[in-house]
Amino acid sequence: MSRVLPAEGGLRRVIGDGESLPDGEVEGLGRDQLLALYRSLVLLRTYDERSVIYHRQGRIGTYAIFWNHEAMQVGSVFALEERDWIFPSYRESAIGLLRGMPASTVLQWWRGHPAGWWNPEDYGVASICVPIATHVPHAVGFAWGSRLKGEDRVAIAYFGDGATSEGVFHEGATFAGVMKAPAILFCNNNQWAISTPLSAQTAARTIADKAIGYGMPGVRVDGGDVLAVYEATREAAERARAGEGPTLIEAVTYRAAPHATADDPSAYIDEERVEEERENECVGRYERYLRRLGVLSDSQALEIRTGALEMMRAGIAEAEAEPPADISLVFEHAYANPPATLAATSRSCGGSSDDGAPPRRGRERRTPRRDGA
Amino acid sequence: MTELLLVEAVNDALHVEMERDPTVMVMGEDVGRLGGVFRATVGLQDRYGADRCVDTPLAEAGILGTAVGLCMAGWKPVCEMQYDAFSYPALDQLINHVGRYRWRTRGKMSFPLVIRMPYGGGVRAPELHDDSPETYYVHAPGVKVAIPSTPADAKGLVAAAIRDPDPVVLFEPKLIYRLARGEVPDGEYVVPLGKARVARDGSDVTIVAYGAMVGVAERAAEALESEASCEVLDLRSLKPLDEGGLLASVAKTGRAVVVQEAPRVCGFAAEVVAVLAEKAIFDLRAPVLRVTGYDVPYPYWQIEDAYVPSEARVVDAVRRVLAA
Repeated sequence: MSRVLPAEGGLRRVIGDGESLPDGEVEGLGRDQLLALYRSLVLLRTYDERSVIYHRQGRIGTYAIFWNHEAMQVGSVFALEERDWIFPSYRESAIGLLRGMPASTVLQWWRGHPAGWWNPEDYGVASICVPIATHVPHAVGFAWGSRLKGEDRVAIAYFGDGATSEGVFHEGATFAGVMKAPAILFCNNNQWAISTPLSAQTAARTIADKAIGYGMPGVRVDGGDVLAVYEATREAAERARAGEGPTLIEAVTYRAAPHATADDPSAYIDEERVEEERENECVGRYERYLRRLGVLSDSQALEIRTGALEMMRAGIAEAEAEPPADISLVFEHAYANPPATLAATSRSCGGSSDDGAPPRRGRERRTPRRDGA
Repeated sequence: MTELLLVEAVNDALHVEMERDPTVMVMGEDVGRLGGVFRATVGLQDRYGADRCVDTPLAEAGILGTAVGLCMAGWKPVCEMQYDAFSYPALDQLINHVGRYRWRTRGKMSFPLVIRMPYGGGVRAPELHDDSPETYYVHAPGVKVAIPSTPADAKGLVAAAIRDPDPVVLFEPKLIYRLARGEVPDGEYVVPLGKARVARDGSDVTIVAYGAMVGVAERAAEALESEASCEVLDLRSLKPLDEGGLLASVAKTGRAVVVQEAPRVCGFAAEVVAVLAEKAIFDLRAPVLRVTGYDVPYPYWQIEDAYVPSEARVVDAVRRVLAA
């Protein structure tokens, strides 16, 4: 019988501030793993910063920025096994990079090129979910179905604070609890849903508090602390594998960048608060932690940053070198066995937009009869 | 062959398909211990266990949403929506994910799930137990829709839906769940999707119908026997639509009346009429008429018979196309 606890009040934290707050450590993480976490953080940070530039250069379309969300994504994925599945929202568009997906694939998604749509089975990463919270039951169903098949696989779904207002979040979390699904519901609470602040989103004291309603533990963690996120997710995955069911993790951060490249937050955001967050952003925090530990040298940091930048340069070059998509793909992939009418439309689309040739007046024409005979 | 009621034929198909394929599972509200509020899933939990015939929380979007994830884990879920109008919370999942996910993976992953639901009126039920929502489903790309009108077709279409690699929605006419009785083949039996059935041969006019309206059309044809030879075409499958069967029948008769229980505007009858306008215009000797429900909320059940297309309304429409 698992314990169902009210959410912890304070945020779990490992990384200190180098002054009054002492640094902690996570059991079982050696030097190589600490560096691997850093490498992943820099990878995602570089992806994000370059993507904003590529957008401004007109090389990718509208892009949902995840700057300062990297610690949540990296820490949680690092706590999973390769066989576990990830169900991202658009805020985690590049999370596949942590599973070996090429940067060009994700860039193509944001370029609207078919090459950006991958096979989830190749990476254990489901398709990017655009409609809010609607992928929560997918992760739960996957986890539940894996358990039914006797497969040791955990599923994690990522969503924002606003997503917890959606009915489908409630339904997904309800199923997770009832089916004891080995699932992790990971909320990146960045306190904004475009322009709507958390205070207008929910009257709940915390998002983690919602967990008790589904019979699962709710954990609050500092979303800017990659080690705290790692540790909380590792515990949730252990619970899941032990058959104790799902966990709701609320990782608290602050959105220090626009919602997306199309957004202008000056109309609603508190600039001072953003500035404060930017100074304490998650990659820098971890880098300072590693330096205090003596794990990261200047030359290593430079090499890692340069490597990430090179990967992005190669990624965008590869994406741009891809031939334009064939328009026949408009008709592909919706069905395994498409209706015959769709095939007819596909055949005719090169010439006209209608559905096959209309009947022609001619020999086959019947003479309209009005006699009712 | 065994004589079965329509709902018994659905149950028979589920038993046969679950036996045949161990990845088929049934899920929904009250489908397990109770066997479904209409008893369509009776005996499945006893035979296949609570993991393969699952009583779910009362959450339609959760049922369909977890079914998407179950497909990704290798299952073939057959989801029961308890009633037609109770399925609307699941439309978000249907439109956003069920019909799109295969496309999203560029055809690499299949989502072979089935949604079954009793639909339609005439059963003297409280509000929102009477809707005919098929058009919402037919309109969603990536989704197929079938509607049986006989016990044999119910069995065969349930099996076809389960075996199809694409998502299929089955609407089961609840009015005739226990009124339609007929011979049903024993064991495995499949009625292919996309094949209409000539329920009655005729030469003067084609009455196109599906679900519970097939019986109404047949009775209208019977009543008109001394005046005209009516063909009744049971579409059975709305998507894929058997255009060949439809066009062949209308080429023979030159006249058509299309019957549906759903509200009129943009209903499936409008699609049938559009196909005839595009592809059969020179075969037609008269305007095509629709006999449908009305563009109002499904009425209070004491007066519901004024809403559901009746034999008399179909007879009247047939006489009008014959006189045109």
